[in-house]
Amino acid sequence: MSEDALNDNIPEFGKKAKPPQDVSITNLTALSSGVNIQTTREIVAIVGLAVFIIGSAEILLRVFQVPAYVMPTPSSIFLALFTEMPFLAAHIYYTLVQLLMGYAIGASMGLVLAAVITQFPFAEKIIAPYILLLVTTPMLALVPLLILRFGFGYTPRVIAVALASGPMVMINAATGFRRVDLAKIALARSFGASTLQIFTKIRVPMAMPMIIVGLMIGAIFGLLTSVGAEMVGGGFGLGNRLTTYSSMIRMPQFFAVILILATMGILIYVFFYWLGKRFASWEA
Amino acid sequence: MSEAKGPRAKLVVENATKFYETKSGRVHALDNYSMSVSEEEFVCVVGPSGCGKTTLLWSLAGLHALTGGTVKLDNAPVTGPHPQIGMVFQEANLLPWRTLQRNIELPFEIKGTRPDKTRIDALLTRVGLLGFGGKMPRELSGGMQQRAAIVRALSFNPSVLLMDEPFGALDAFTRDDMNLLVEEIWLETKKTIIFITHNIAEAVFLSDRVFVMTSRPGRLAKVFPISFPRPRPLEIMASREAFDLVNEIKGQIQHQPARPARAEAAE
Repeated sequence: MSEDALNDNIPEFGKKAKPPQDVSITNLTALSSGVNIQTTREIVAIVGLAVFIIGSAEILLRVFQVPAYVMPTPSSIFLALFTEMPFLAAHIYYTLVQLLMGYAIGASMGLVLAAVITQFPFAEKIIAPYILLLVTTPMLALVPLLILRFGFGYTPRVIAVALASGPMVMINAATGFRRVDLAKIALARSFGASTLQIFTKIRVPMAMPMIIVGLMIGAIFGLLTSVGAEMVGGGFGLGNRLTTYSSMIRMPQFFAVILILATMGILIYVFFYWLGKRFASWEA
Repeated sequence: MSEAKGPRAKLVVENATKFYETKSGRVHALDNYSMSVSEEEFVCVVGPSGCGKTTLLWSLAGLHALTGGTVKLDNAPVTGPHPQIGMVFQEANLLPWRTLQRNIELPFEIKGTRPDKTRIDALLTRVGLLGFGGKMPRELSGGMQQRAAIVRALSFNPSVLLMDEPFGALDAFTRDDMNLLVEEIWLETKKTIIFITHNIAEAVFLSDRVFVMTSRPGRLAKVFPISFPRPRPLEIMASREAFDLVNEIKGQIQHQPARPARAEAAE
């Protein structure tokens, strides 16, 4: 909707801006109702629980002499993590580069598309089903095809990551850009704001909470796709390590890689949670 | 009926007519509405809910194109947002992601000029908000938010102030305080103020003249001059004269035929 649309809109306020009712994987609650750890007591309790679980697993696995190929002991996993780290570092780097490249392409295209498409409701209606198709189709399925076309380098996996994260960013950001508050646009217009100024000073900040949610979901889907694509084909990366270690029944190393992946996922979440606190806390 | 009585016509509306094209058909919001507001005059526009008061104000602010008729400021037609016009919206309309200070500086930011800090500080002091610049809007009460919105509208020193039911969402006591503040500011700054409200007592207390509109499509029904001396204490509203005036205006509004359906839209 452009600013000229003010002409054909009956000014209505005093009604809460309609909550976005569109297809989106999640909404702001993913950020605002996230765990809010504050006191040292809570931190001590959380760490204590981890120590308890890991400790009892260690003891139980040893007492019942569970073979390592069924479930390795936590100590052997940590040991593997440290001994394999110099070797795994290159794989971590490979996966990260591939994730960042794919994500940078996918997320920026998703943001631009969301910003443009929401300005043209008709075009948006036409495109929406196809975006939904992109969101719901597991991009992993395309990887064998992409490998046939682009070989075993970065390219097919970067494309897969971009295809997985882009639509997630787009669908959420579009929900954000669609949240039009006529009164705030009118406010900016009354000071003589141009369409571009209305976009940068009103629309973008209003959309920011949903943009951040979209970026977070996109990043997590990117990570999933990245690892999955490496498992499907290729000789490098953390996903490739998972398939290799499991086929060699090197379970401590296998779980060490899982630990690394879990850490990456949590770091992504924490980063975007912080971003949300920093740039979209007014929403909560 | 709508002749200017003051020294010089500041803002003149002639035969303003506005249709909205909506999905459910045409809405006739304003019909041949004319008014003339003099320089330094304080007028209120009252009318039944949905009569096109806000439509009128948005047209004065250049936010809307009229379907027919003209708006002239200092004899020049208003075709878009005008630097001499400041606007105060319903429910403060502060941007929730900006601090108070950055909300007030928004007009300067948009115009690409340096904020007039001295003026802003003086205004903040005037409304009792100095030192609150770093607060976020949600940390302030409704009255404080609306005071900040007034500072924002006055920050770039417009000669006309348009106020769109600014205190509708406030409780009665805060509303009284705000009305006193608005009168004081008006007496000090001598802006031309056009104030929209559905609170008749508020209109009588504040204005030099009260313009009563008919229900949709909004036409001018009657103009009531209010001649209480200024500054006006709140007590004048307890006087016999004020009571009679309020009732007369209320009667004028109730005389109108009941409005057809679509009660929600076009406030």
